[in-house]
Amino acid sequence: MTELPAQTNRKLGLVIDLDTCVGCHACVVSCKGWNTENYGAPLSDQSAYGANPSGTFLNRVHSYEIAPETGGVAQLIHFPKSCLHCEDAPCVTVCPTGASYKRLEDGIVLVNESDCIGCGLCAWACPYGAREMDTAEGVMKKCTLCVDRIYNENLPEEDRVPACVRTCPAGARHFGDFADPDSNVSQLSAERGGFDLMPEQCTKPVNKYLPPRPKDTMDEVDILAPLLAPVAQEPKGFMSWLDKTLENL
Amino acid sequence: MKDQPYLDTSPKVSDEIRKTTCYMCACRCGINVHLKDGEVAYIEGNRDHPVNQGVLCAKGSAGIMQVNAPSRLQAPLKRVGPRGSGEFEEISWEEALSLAESWLKPIRNENPEKLAFFTGRDQSQSFTSFWAQNYGTPNYAAHGGFCSVNMAAAGIYTMGGAFWEFGQPDWDHTKLLMIFGVAEDHDSNPIKMGIGKIKERGARIIGINPIRTGYNAVADEWVGITPGTDGLFILALVYEVLKAGKIDLHYLAEYTNAPVLIDAETGLLMRDAEGKLLVIDRKQCAPAPFDKCGIKPDLNGTLEKNGKIHHTVFHAIVERYLSHEYAPDAVAERIGVSAGRIRAIAAEIVRVAFEESFDIDQEWTDFRGVVHSKMTARPVSMHAMRGISAHSNGFQTCRALHVLQILLGTVEVPGGFRFKPPYPKPADIHPKPHCKVTPGAPLDGPHLGFVHGPDDLALKEDGSPARIDKAFTWENPMSAHGLMHMVISNAYAGDPYKIDTLFMYMANMSWNSSMNTKGVIHMLTDKDEIGQYVIPRIIYSDAYSSEMVAYADLILPDTTYLERHDCISLLDRPICEADAVADAIRWPVIKPDRNVRGFQSVLCDLGARLNLPGFVNEDGSQKYADYGDYIVNHIRKPGIGPLAGFRGDGTASGRGEVNPEQLDRYIENGGFFVEHVPDDARYYKPWNAGYQDWAVAMGLYDSAQPYLFSLYVEPMRKFQLAAEGYGDRQPPDHLRAQIIETLDPLPIWYPPFEECAVDTEAFPLHALTQRPMAMYHSWGTQNAWLRQIHGLNPLYLPSKQMLAHGFKDGDWAKVTSAHGDIVVPVAEMAALNENTVWTWNAIGKRKGAWALDENAPEATKGFLLNHLIHELQPPKGDGLRWVNSDPVTGQAAWFDLRVRIEKVKLPHESQPNFETLKSPVGQGPSELKWKVGS
Repeated sequence: MTELPAQTNRKLGLVIDLDTCVGCHACVVSCKGWNTENYGAPLSDQSAYGANPSGTFLNRVHSYEIAPETGGVAQLIHFPKSCLHCEDAPCVTVCPTGASYKRLEDGIVLVNESDCIGCGLCAWACPYGAREMDTAEGVMKKCTLCVDRIYNENLPEEDRVPACVRTCPAGARHFGDFADPDSNVSQLSAERGGFDLMPEQCTKPVNKYLPPRPKDTMDEVDILAPLLAPVAQEPKGFMSWLDKTLENL
Repeated sequence: MKDQPYLDTSPKVSDEIRKTTCYMCACRCGINVHLKDGEVAYIEGNRDHPVNQGVLCAKGSAGIMQVNAPSRLQAPLKRVGPRGSGEFEEISWEEALSLAESWLKPIRNENPEKLAFFTGRDQSQSFTSFWAQNYGTPNYAAHGGFCSVNMAAAGIYTMGGAFWEFGQPDWDHTKLLMIFGVAEDHDSNPIKMGIGKIKERGARIIGINPIRTGYNAVADEWVGITPGTDGLFILALVYEVLKAGKIDLHYLAEYTNAPVLIDAETGLLMRDAEGKLLVIDRKQCAPAPFDKCGIKPDLNGTLEKNGKIHHTVFHAIVERYLSHEYAPDAVAERIGVSAGRIRAIAAEIVRVAFEESFDIDQEWTDFRGVVHSKMTARPVSMHAMRGISAHSNGFQTCRALHVLQILLGTVEVPGGFRFKPPYPKPADIHPKPHCKVTPGAPLDGPHLGFVHGPDDLALKEDGSPARIDKAFTWENPMSAHGLMHMVISNAYAGDPYKIDTLFMYMANMSWNSSMNTKGVIHMLTDKDEIGQYVIPRIIYSDAYSSEMVAYADLILPDTTYLERHDCISLLDRPICEADAVADAIRWPVIKPDRNVRGFQSVLCDLGARLNLPGFVNEDGSQKYADYGDYIVNHIRKPGIGPLAGFRGDGTASGRGEVNPEQLDRYIENGGFFVEHVPDDARYYKPWNAGYQDWAVAMGLYDSAQPYLFSLYVEPMRKFQLAAEGYGDRQPPDHLRAQIIETLDPLPIWYPPFEECAVDTEAFPLHALTQRPMAMYHSWGTQNAWLRQIHGLNPLYLPSKQMLAHGFKDGDWAKVTSAHGDIVVPVAEMAALNENTVWTWNAIGKRKGAWALDENAPEATKGFLLNHLIHELQPPKGDGLRWVNSDPVTGQAAWFDLRVRIEKVKLPHESQPNFETLKSPVGQGPSELKWKVGS
C-alpha cells in the first residue's frame, strides 16, 4: 500500500475538448516521441514491422459512434485518453513498493521506475486503462504530464507545457492548475460544463472533458421560409426585380 | 508517507535544434529537429512558421520513425531477375548514372518523346519539369491528374485560384464554414487550426460528405450526401439564393463577368476593338470596356447588333438556374438530402452572408481607380477537396461551387474565401501547354498550362495526341495537370504511340497509385512477340522499398527528407498564407548513412551527362553541383529564382540578384521566408490596386493583372463551338457529343459516367476511399508508430447494409464492381450515407514491400479498392478506349465506383493475394527501444 498526500499544493491537469477534437492522433504521437526520448525507459514497440505490432503509448485516441436512441443522425466522438491524475488515485494506493506516487507539489501521478517491479497491480486498479506495461523494460508507464517539460529551464517558457498540448493542431487540449479557480483550465471547465470521467468510481480525476456541443440541430425549412421568400418565380420576373433593385442601388 | 524520489525536472532536451520543413505529407509545416550526438532525438512544430505556427500532426511527430525506417533503400540497384521478382544487385552510382545516360542519350537524339518522365508526389515540380523541358520530351507531369486537378482547374478558370495552396477560408472572420468532400489529409494542420479558431468563436461548420469522420465529425451539421451528386446539391442552393434575390449585386456587377455581354450568335463574350470585355454602362446606357473608369456595369444590359439582341452572362445564369430542374424538391431524392434541409442550409447561408455582415474600416482603391472607405464582410466560407473533384462530373461540380461563392460575393472579402499569394492569377497569364519535340533539343516551352481554345491543344500535325497521357486533347481538353494514371496504360497499348523509357519518381504505380493495380502489374511485366518487355525500360527513384521498386530495371535511391535540400518555391506549390507570401527550404539536418543521393541532385548530374542546355555551362561542364546549388543559382527570369527571400545582398525580397549565402540566411531564419501583405491589400486582391502593385514589386506578376471572375468560362464555349463544327481544328466525331454536353461554359450536373455505364441495380452501392489524418498514402505503413494507429482498413458498411446482408464486424465480404472483385473484412459505421461503403486509402500492402513481415496485417487483411477501378470505362462496343476520367480535365474518376457486396466464408487472407516480393532491404527488427544520445 502506498499513501496518497492529503492534498497537493497545485492540481495540474488537462482540459480536453471533445467538441473540437478531430481525432488526428497528433497528441498520441507527439507524446510517444517525447516520452520515448525522455522520462525513464523508452516506450518500446514489439513486432514493430511484424504481424502484431504493439507498443507502449501513454495517450491514445479512441473513437465512438453515438446513434441517438430516437433515431436521427449518428455522431462520431473522438476521445483522447491518458492518465487523469486522480486525487484519489487507486493506482497509487495499490502499489506494493511505493513506485507509484502522487506528487505533493502539483498532484502529478508518476511511476518511479527504479522501484517498479512490474507487478501490474496499478493497471488493474486504474478504472480508465490509462497505464501500460512496457514489455521490453518490464516497468509500468503512464502519462507524466510531461513533468520533464513543464518546469524545464532548457525550454523556452512558452514550451513548458505537455507535448500533447503544444502539438494539438485544433487547440483541443489545455493545460493548467485546477487548484486555481482563475486558471485557464478552471475557467474553461466552468464555462463549458467540464465533466469527470466515470465519477461513480470516486477517483476524483483532475483532468476534465468538455462535452461536444449539440449537433444536427438545424430544422428543415419549408418553402415559405422568410429568408428565402422569392422575389420572382420565373426568370423574366426576376430580371424586372433586378432592374428595379439596380435603380435603387 | 515515504519521501518523494528526486526528479530532474530540467533535463537537457537536445544538443542542437535544426529547423527545416516536414515532408510527412504535402502540408509542408515547419519543424524543429532536436539532435543528440548528431542523431534525431525529437521533432516538434516550429512556432514561427507560417503554415503550422508550432503545431504538428501525428505524421510530423512520427518523422523520426521515417528517417530510421528499415525500408530505406541502401544503394543503387540494377534488376537481375525478371521484372516483379525483386531480384537486384547493388551497383555504384557511377554505374547507375552511366546506365541511365546510355538509355536516355540515344532516345533524346532520335526522338525525345520516347521518354515518359512522371514524378508522383514530387515537391520539386518546377525543377523536375525544367529538367524534362530541357530533355525535350513532351511527356512530363506529376500526380495532379489523379489527385485533384478538377478543383485546381475549376478554381483557376473561374476565379484565378482554388483551394488549399491557392487559398483558404478567412479563419479569423468567417461565421459559417462549409466543407464539401473534405477528407483529412490535405492542408491538414491549417484546417485543424482553423476549425479550432472557428469553434472558439462559436462559428458554425456544415460538413457535406457521405462519411462522417474527422472534420465532418466535429461539424455542427452533417449532410451525408449521395456520392457524385454534390453538383446538384450546390445548384439547388444556387436556385434558392437566386430566387430569393439574396445575392451580392454590387459584387457581381463590379468584379465578375456577370455584366459582360454574350454574343447571341456564337456564345462567345463580346469585346471592343481593343479586345476588352464589353459591358453596358448603366450611367450612359451604352457599351463600355469592363475596366473603364467610373462606369456602372449593368447586370441586365442588352445590346442590339446585327439584328440580334445580346444579353449578359447574368441573364444566362438566371435563365438557367431559376429552372425548376434545380429546385430542392426536384433534386432531393437523387442527392439523398430532403428538400426542407436543402432550404434550411440555403437560408442559413444567406442569413450569415447578409445579416451577419460587418465592415472593416480599411481604405482601399480598386482597379478602376475608385477609393473605398471600408471592406464589407460576407462571412460564409467554403472549402472542398477530393470528394467532389474525383468524379467524372467533378470539374463542373467544382465550378458550381465557385459560382455559388461568387453569387454570394464571398470570395476575397472578409469572412469569406481568400487567396494566398502568388494567387490570384488569371487563367490567361498562366503558361499554355507546349509539346513541340525536336530531336536533341529542348521542348518549345513548359509542358503544362491552361488552354483557352482548340488552338492550344497538345496535338500533332496529324491531329493525334502529342503526349503519351493524351492530356490537352479532345478527350479532356483542359487537363492542366496531365494524366499520370494513363501513362502506363497508354504506353502498354501503344496508344497514341510506344515509348522506350519510363522514368518515375515517388509514384507507387504498381500498387496504390494506379487504378486497376493488377492490370498495371501485367502491363509492366508483359513481353512482346520477340520476348522484350512491352515497356522496354523503367527507371525509378524512391527513398523506400515500395511496391514499385520491384518493377523497375534501375533504381536510384533517394534520401529521406531530413537528409536533403529542397525548396518549397513560389514557382511551384507555394506555402503562402492569405496575409503573407512565404517559401521555405529543406536542408540536410542529418547526413545519410547509406549510399543514397537526393533525386534532384542526381538529375543535376544526369542532366549534365546528357548535355541538357539548362544543366551545363558553356564549356560543357556540369552547371549545378547539386540541388542546393541549383536552388541558389538558378535564374528563372531576371531577378527571379526558386527562392524569393534573402536575395541580392540578403535584404531583397521577391526580385533580386543571386545571393550565394541565401541558404544560410534561410537556415538562420528557421528554414523559411515570410513577408506580409500590406493592410490595404489584404482583401479584394484581384481588383485591389494596392495588392496588384505589391505583387508586381514582389515579382509575383510582371505587370498589374486586374481581371473579372469568370462565372462564364469562355474557353469552354470555344471547345463546344469546335464540336459543333466551327473552326479548323476539329474533334473526332465520336467525341463531339461529349464535348458539347460536358464543356458547358456555365456549370451543369450530369450523372457520374460509371452510373450510366453499369447496371445500378446490379451494383447498388457507392464505394469510396479516404486518407486518414495520421497516414500519408503508402508511406505511413513503414512507420513503426503510425502503423499502430492505422494498421487495418476494414470496409466500413452503413448499418442498413450490415443488417441487410447479415454481417457482423470482422465478417468478410466479396466486393464486386463491373471490373473485378476483392474479398475483405467489414465493420459497421452508422454515420455513413446508407448506400455507401468506404475504407482507408493505401493501408493495404503487398507482401515483401516496405520491409514488413509478410504476415503483417496490412498484407493479410489490408486491401486496396484500386483493384475494382479501371482506368478505362467499361467497353462501349465501339472498340475505343474511353478513359475513366473527367471529360474536361482528365481527372481520374476514382469516386464514381459502384459495387455490390455479398457475405463470404472466412478466407485465409484478403483477396486478391499476390506473390511475396523479394525485399531488397530485408525486414525490420522485431523490437524497437528507440533512444539516442548518451
